[in-house]
Amino acid sequence: MSKTFSIGGIHPSDNKISVKAAIENFPLMEMAYISLSQHLGAPAEPVVAKGDKVKTGQLIAKANGFISANVHSSVSGTVSSIELLPDLAGNPVQHIVIKVEGDDWLENINRSSEIEREIKLSGPEILVKIAECGIVGLGGAAFPTHIKLSPPPGKKAEYLIINGAECEPYLTSDYRIMLEQPEEILIGAKIMMKALNVNKCFLGIEDNKPKAIKKMKGLCSKSYPQIKVVSLLKKYPQGGEKQLIDAIVKRQVPSMGLPIDTGVVVQNVGTALAVYEAVQKNKPLFEGIVTVTGKCMTEQRNFRMRVGTTFESMIFAVGGFPKDAEKLISGGPMMGKAVSRIDASSVKSTSALLLLTEKETKRGEEGNCIRCAKCVEACPMGLEPFLLNRLSRAGKIEELEANMVQDCIECGSCIYTCPANIPLLDTIRLSKAQVLKILRSRPKK
Amino acid sequence: MKKLIVSPAPHLHGEKTTRNLMRDVIIALSPSLLVSVYYFGFSAVKLALVGAVTAVLVEFVIQRYIIKGKITINDYSAALTGLLLALNLPPNSPWWIVFIGSVVAIGIAKMTYGGIGQNLFNPALVGRVFLLVSFPAIMTDWTIPASWFREGIDANTGATALSIVKEGLAKGIPMDQIFSENNFSYTQMLFSKIGGSVGEVSAFALILGFVYLLIRKVIKPHIPVAIIATVMVFSGIFWLIDPGHYTDPLFNVLTGGILIGSVFMATDYVTSPMSTRGMVFYGVGIGIITMLIRNFGSYPEGISFAILIMNACVPLINTYFKPKRFGREVNNG
Repeated sequence: MSKTFSIGGIHPSDNKISVKAAIENFPLMEMAYISLSQHLGAPAEPVVAKGDKVKTGQLIAKANGFISANVHSSVSGTVSSIELLPDLAGNPVQHIVIKVEGDDWLENINRSSEIEREIKLSGPEILVKIAECGIVGLGGAAFPTHIKLSPPPGKKAEYLIINGAECEPYLTSDYRIMLEQPEEILIGAKIMMKALNVNKCFLGIEDNKPKAIKKMKGLCSKSYPQIKVVSLLKKYPQGGEKQLIDAIVKRQVPSMGLPIDTGVVVQNVGTALAVYEAVQKNKPLFEGIVTVTGKCMTEQRNFRMRVGTTFESMIFAVGGFPKDAEKLISGGPMMGKAVSRIDASSVKSTSALLLLTEKETKRGEEGNCIRCAKCVEACPMGLEPFLLNRLSRAGKIEELEANMVQDCIECGSCIYTCPANIPLLDTIRLSKAQVLKILRSRPKK
Repeated sequence: MKKLIVSPAPHLHGEKTTRNLMRDVIIALSPSLLVSVYYFGFSAVKLALVGAVTAVLVEFVIQRYIIKGKITINDYSAALTGLLLALNLPPNSPWWIVFIGSVVAIGIAKMTYGGIGQNLFNPALVGRVFLLVSFPAIMTDWTIPASWFREGIDANTGATALSIVKEGLAKGIPMDQIFSENNFSYTQMLFSKIGGSVGEVSAFALILGFVYLLIRKVIKPHIPVAIIATVMVFSGIFWLIDPGHYTDPLFNVLTGGILIGSVFMATDYVTSPMSTRGMVFYGVGIGIITMLIRNFGSYPEGISFAILIMNACVPLINTYFKPKRFGREVNNG
């Protein structure tokens, strides 16, 4: 019996059309545009200058502040400039631009595909290694992994949950690595268990991926008895941290709290793989798996892609820009960001590039709320989106707080389900930001 | 460079729209409508058509010439209101009755509040209750009109089962005798006519519609189940105490509009609560008020009034019954 979270949720159709495409290496680009804001927190500080020669995997910008992450070169070549370039939303962000010359990796990176099973580093050494290698959460938020693996004083982790739910429609990058590099993921999980000093780990996979579940179960029962594979019902947003914890260990993260408050740390399968590569192979995070997909495209593929690849080159690698594609999304269709510039480039946490036609993505004309309660039924946080929308539009901040707008995880289930096409989350997002600002400015009890 | 559409997530939308939800409710009503056409022939067709067409026209005229705003007759909501009103009238009603009812339902109960989604009371029920208090004779005349499909109409046509029981008991006739004299049987109640409005000829057809609505996820089961369960428990207690004076639970559920009321009227989106806990409270309230009217009031039925009374409580219910919040009501550990 597959498990699932207890409140709300929706069932958008899967559309995992790239599911059969094995991971292939994306051709090396001519220029790499490497952002210094690839993670949650402060931008990294460049340690190279224009004209410097860099190797693949070399540190080019170091973490700047507590919540920040190192950035490594994804290519070898010459730094041609350090300048402000638009990110996918068009906002100017510092980038290191490198002219690619060959593909000369740092010597200390172990490039063999042989699996390294023995974990030699101690817990604290693992954390240092992860920080050095610039690992961030690859589930979407790009939160620096070494911080997430260091619970604040007074909090103790009991379980590690590895997130292989991949509940967003279209995305298949996590699925492909679970099929192609399952043992590496499990070793990555073991490394993180060691760093957290926990002895129980769950790997949650939605039951629309039976092959991955079977493969992982087989491996775990043979060689990784501390890791338990949990089959999850296909339901969005199963891959949300709070929902996943609820589904697997039946604990609910308190309002305004963190997963660690329930004794759980959640990491994505992609992050587990990156951790394995960092700790066992000494390989910093400078490439990742990206699904390039869309029904309007002639082919859909999964690539191992260097950080700093432009969206434009991804589209041209799979047959060019389809005539009817009107919207580009970095990530999944439910929570991904619309790309406003195709000359923007990928970052560590880029998991997909999805092309949608106007028909697929068009929102209908907004009508009156018919009070059908579909949004209430869909909300995985047990909120009342119809009410929050009304209060947001009226600017009633106190009432919004009393109705817990701050708990919204912005999964978009409310808009998806609204028969009157009301832009519920759009208005809720705005008021949530205001309420959070007020909450944070209040003195702590 | 190609211009791209940029908007906040989510980038997909589900398939449900107001229009196809309303259409689903109309589809769910169609088995009952077909059965009533079989039983009442032209009269049922006439009432349904006049009801739906009037409702749509009234909405159109008000939006076009009075409000001068957006025309929303395409959402099928007005047509549904007119149809529901027609299905809640006695089969022999004249056409102008449903016409007046539809004008009241849409013109007063819906449009004065601001149109779809804004009204406090179920428009079809407001229309029906307006007719009941304005034209009591017509609204309690249960004569069965001629049908194309059926000949030899039996004599048992003067009243609904509930009113026969109520009058019989008032005259001092024992319950057993009332039942046997009138040939009440549960199979008859499930599949065919025992007196009642156009849409409730066959309980089976109504249940079919209910199942369709559940499968299509148009409504949740909470409200109808809460009403029916409450009616059964309430009537069951009285029946066990005094079976000579009170009818049994199954009889109460199968007669007097409980099924059409709980499945199609009480579940009206606009006038029912938003949270599942609120829905249960609302359903239980309707069940209790219905049975209070039946057992102690002067009307034999009562669900129309019960739903309208509970409609008035919905804003309050929505304030007090919040959905189960994530991370607020659990004890971890």
